[in-house]
Amino acid sequence: MANLVYLVPLFPLIGFLINGVFWKRMPKTLGGVIGCLTILASFAISLGIFFEVRAAGFQGPVIVNLFDFIQSDKLYIPFSFQVDALSTLFLLIITGVGFLIHVYSTSYMGHDEGMVKYFSFLNLFIFFMLLLVLGANYLIMFIGWEGVGLCSYLLIGFWFKNRDFTNAGKKAFIMNRIGDLGFLVGMLLVLFNFHTLSYHSAPGTAGFFEMLTAPGSAIPASTCNWIAICFFIGATGKSAQIPLYTWLPDAMAGPTPVSALIHAATMVTAGIYMIARSGALYSLAPMTLNIVAVVGLATAILAATIAIRQYDIKKVLAYSTVSQLGFMFLALGVGAYTTAVFHVMTHAFFKALLFLGSGSVIHAMGGEQDIRKMGGLGKHMRLTQITFLIGCLAISGIPGFSGFFSKDAILANVFTQNPVMYGLGILAAMMTAFYMFRLYFLTFNGDFRGTEDQHHHLHESPAAMTIPLVILAILSIVGGYIGLPEVMSEHNAIDTFLAPAVTNFGEHKLVPATEWGLMGISVAVSVIMIIVAWSVNRKPAFAVNTGLAKILENKWYIDELYEAIIVKPLAAISGLLDKFVEKRGIDGVVNGVGKTVRWGGDRLRLLQSGQVGFYIFIMVLGIVVLFTLSFFWIK
Amino acid sequence: MILILLILIPFLTGILSFSTKGDGPKMLALVSTMLSLGVAGYVSGNAFSSAISFSQPWIPTLGTQFSLLADGMSSMLCLLTAIVMMVVMIVNVNKDVEKPGAFYGLMLLSQAGLMGVFLASDALLFYVFWELALIPVYFLCSKWGGEKRIPVTFKFFIYTFVGSLMMLAGLIYLSLQTPGLTSYSWADIARAGAALPADKQIWLFCLIFIAFAIKMPMFPFHTWQPDTYEQSPTPVTIILSALMVKMGLYAVLRWLLPVLPAGVAYWSDTVILLSVIGIVYSSCIAMMQTDIKRLIAYSSIAHMGLMCAAAFTHSYVGMHGIMLQMFNHGINITGMWVIVSMIENRWGTRDMTKLGGMATVTPKMAIALVVISLASIALPLTNGFVGEFMMFNGLLRSDSAGHIAILAVAGLGVILGAVYTLNMVQKTAYGTAPSGAAVAKDLSVNEYLGLAIIISLVIFLGVYPKPLLDLTSGISALLVH
Repeated sequence: MANLVYLVPLFPLIGFLINGVFWKRMPKTLGGVIGCLTILASFAISLGIFFEVRAAGFQGPVIVNLFDFIQSDKLYIPFSFQVDALSTLFLLIITGVGFLIHVYSTSYMGHDEGMVKYFSFLNLFIFFMLLLVLGANYLIMFIGWEGVGLCSYLLIGFWFKNRDFTNAGKKAFIMNRIGDLGFLVGMLLVLFNFHTLSYHSAPGTAGFFEMLTAPGSAIPASTCNWIAICFFIGATGKSAQIPLYTWLPDAMAGPTPVSALIHAATMVTAGIYMIARSGALYSLAPMTLNIVAVVGLATAILAATIAIRQYDIKKVLAYSTVSQLGFMFLALGVGAYTTAVFHVMTHAFFKALLFLGSGSVIHAMGGEQDIRKMGGLGKHMRLTQITFLIGCLAISGIPGFSGFFSKDAILANVFTQNPVMYGLGILAAMMTAFYMFRLYFLTFNGDFRGTEDQHHHLHESPAAMTIPLVILAILSIVGGYIGLPEVMSEHNAIDTFLAPAVTNFGEHKLVPATEWGLMGISVAVSVIMIIVAWSVNRKPAFAVNTGLAKILENKWYIDELYEAIIVKPLAAISGLLDKFVEKRGIDGVVNGVGKTVRWGGDRLRLLQSGQVGFYIFIMVLGIVVLFTLSFFWIK
Repeated sequence: MILILLILIPFLTGILSFSTKGDGPKMLALVSTMLSLGVAGYVSGNAFSSAISFSQPWIPTLGTQFSLLADGMSSMLCLLTAIVMMVVMIVNVNKDVEKPGAFYGLMLLSQAGLMGVFLASDALLFYVFWELALIPVYFLCSKWGGEKRIPVTFKFFIYTFVGSLMMLAGLIYLSLQTPGLTSYSWADIARAGAALPADKQIWLFCLIFIAFAIKMPMFPFHTWQPDTYEQSPTPVTIILSALMVKMGLYAVLRWLLPVLPAGVAYWSDTVILLSVIGIVYSSCIAMMQTDIKRLIAYSSIAHMGLMCAAAFTHSYVGMHGIMLQMFNHGINITGMWVIVSMIENRWGTRDMTKLGGMATVTPKMAIALVVISLASIALPLTNGFVGEFMMFNGLLRSDSAGHIAILAVAGLGVILGAVYTLNMVQKTAYGTAPSGAAVAKDLSVNEYLGLAIIISLVIFLGVYPKPLLDLTSGISALLVH
């Protein structure tokens, strides 16, 4: 089965080609069916591969070589895929959640004239995302990496007539490109130092990780740190971390299922995948791990503060995603790679659920996204409300729901390394519970605050939308039980599964009493914050924000800051270069040379006066000069 | 013998074209370029295994021979020339120009010159073709160009011609240094040059390199280029930007690197530094342009800057990347200009601020624009990526801070390139269409065909660059050893 892995990305590619080529003539329903079926087929094969990998006792990677991509001198990069526990888990998340979101989209985008085009982009995205996680070397990962960025760009600007939307798409692409440059330089450094980009050795190519971990290999820590930092810069772009996170909230301009799939469940977790995949490298670069932890934690807190004062339902979820991604980087930073991947998975379930739920709400509200104009929707759309509540409980870390297990595992791991960071992590978790339930209460509880017309139209969404919600809600509950904490069970399924592919760094043991205690703290703060959120938002009043609240509403003015220190100066410098250096400076010199020659010619022309007397005079003068010269020359 | 066909076919049909009228020249040119493509394809196919050469006595008193050589690099560039010229002819089938006989005749003569430049293995012959390619372009620009064509083409001609004369002087000097009788053959010139003492090589390098630097064009010798591109009729802009700039780079690789190794070693850091500055500099200026033609012109300077920098890194992989990029840049920029000319024909302007909504009005055209733009910003799986990656690889010669800094600055071009290219896509393809745009027609059959050829190459060579890599691996190895 693992040898058939190339089929997994092939199906979505075929779907993209069919829908992409016939986008104009294809009936909408057929386009949707093709889009969904190709992903279903990929999911089926992924399942097969998963069972095979599990049955094989999770032993070493299977590498499938497709063709030679680049061969030049010592540089050899095959187009090859790698099947192991880590890539298999991501396969399941991408195709599984991806399939549900495709199904949801058939209804959500059903009225859009560009539906077939939409599905072709969505399939293309899945294709690139699969390349990203399946690649057996960094270059194939990079292909997927930039490819998903392209799809994100295309889908954010899907409604291309709106200038703001295409601006958001452009911003996403460019900020990702900044990160991608880091990734690129990292790859070049790996090539320079190790002459390979493959993770593991295969016929014709040496393995990077084997070289790192080979006994007696004396690789300077600085080399590892530089490479690890470059890769991490790439991760901050794709996974929306400080300082490159500002594109993600803007990316909400795209259709809501896109936000669920690309900007929550899959693409933005690529950075976590990359670092977990490169665990062998990061374990040799502890300094970089510290940077990762600090950046992750800072992002988790910063984004959470912003989410508290947002009024757009999707913006709250977007900042929540940034914050949760920060948690994952925090886990990576303390060396708990498998825990980070665990949180990727649970987050994929509950965040996809929340986004799709918000889509259902927006659908019912006729496109309205401002929660100040919602309220009391629970009465009209019970299923959406219940599933949304499950998502909120999961993300807030209430026991029994998936988010509890993964977030608790992260916090416990952080505690073993650094109690101060743990405290700050709890702070971020508190804010998470607060803003999520603020969102929940404002949307579903109380009285309706929108127009009469909107009130009249409120309805539950069709089955194609609610069934994925229900499935994701179930996953958001049960998904956590594969990663039970040590005090509850000896057997942590996900750690065992990932162990052959990912080796954690550092010691993460806790005495049971401490672990129970930590769990108690995080549950207690979440419950308290939910109650606070309820009491604050029981009778909502929306005054104009002042002071800190205003700063939070305006996202700490980070966008304005970037505008002032990067965008505007760059434009100003470019303008100066264009006006002065280019036109007057360089071209001025060139034209100056031309003018000088012409001026000189004009002067010399006067010598050709046509008067014989003048010529004779000049001739005599010349003869005299020559004679004088030759006289001195001979001497 | 087959090599001479590559020059003779366009040359003879070009002459013939002057005496034809109506649709005659168009059809003649189309047939001629197709024939050339066939021959170029055959030659390239052979070049995988061994180079083809051809030699005849030409002017014995001067010690020069009519000798041609098609190795991997030469045949690849001939193939590029043939493909680009054919695409130009295809997309122009439904367009009319004044005095078509002269127009197409000059285009074909220029093609003959280009083929000669890429094939010549005799320095004097090389120089003759170098000028032969330029002169028809001068007439094309000054006769069929835009409003400001006269001063612009005059500057272009003088600028490049001054460079050419300096090169000629350098080549003559080298030919006089050959052992025995004067000889212009590549092997003798290379031997003579390499044997010269370093100080002589250093000033000879300046003499010869300036001609190539102007042609490429390398910062700061580039100012003729945006004006000329802007004023030229688009088919001529294509010849200039897809093919003639490659002459400069090709000449560096063929007639400079192996000929004056000590001079190259002395100047390489300077050239790399200037080229890398040029990447960022021209990218910044590209961001300020509102005329699409000028924007693409500056983006082309940035692309050439990377190729020029990589040429002087003395790295096999980097050199191999240049080979790939020479071909792919030619393909992509041709596609870009084809679309620009369509925009100009349909909306009567190239000002981005007055355009928009192509995706609604002419969706096929918009898709082509997006794909080619992505190739131009080197998105993986398009043809722009692999070459760029390999050239960056060449730029990282050591992990000293200096070399990483050079790499990082060159890398800024990757980001800035995305900024101005996506900006152009946004302003032309997205948004709402300006009034009167509704009547614009989407691609006609011949335009569709031309762009389909370009886009197929973009994707095919992006996914599977191996054929080009195999074709040019021998010459790349030769150039760095």
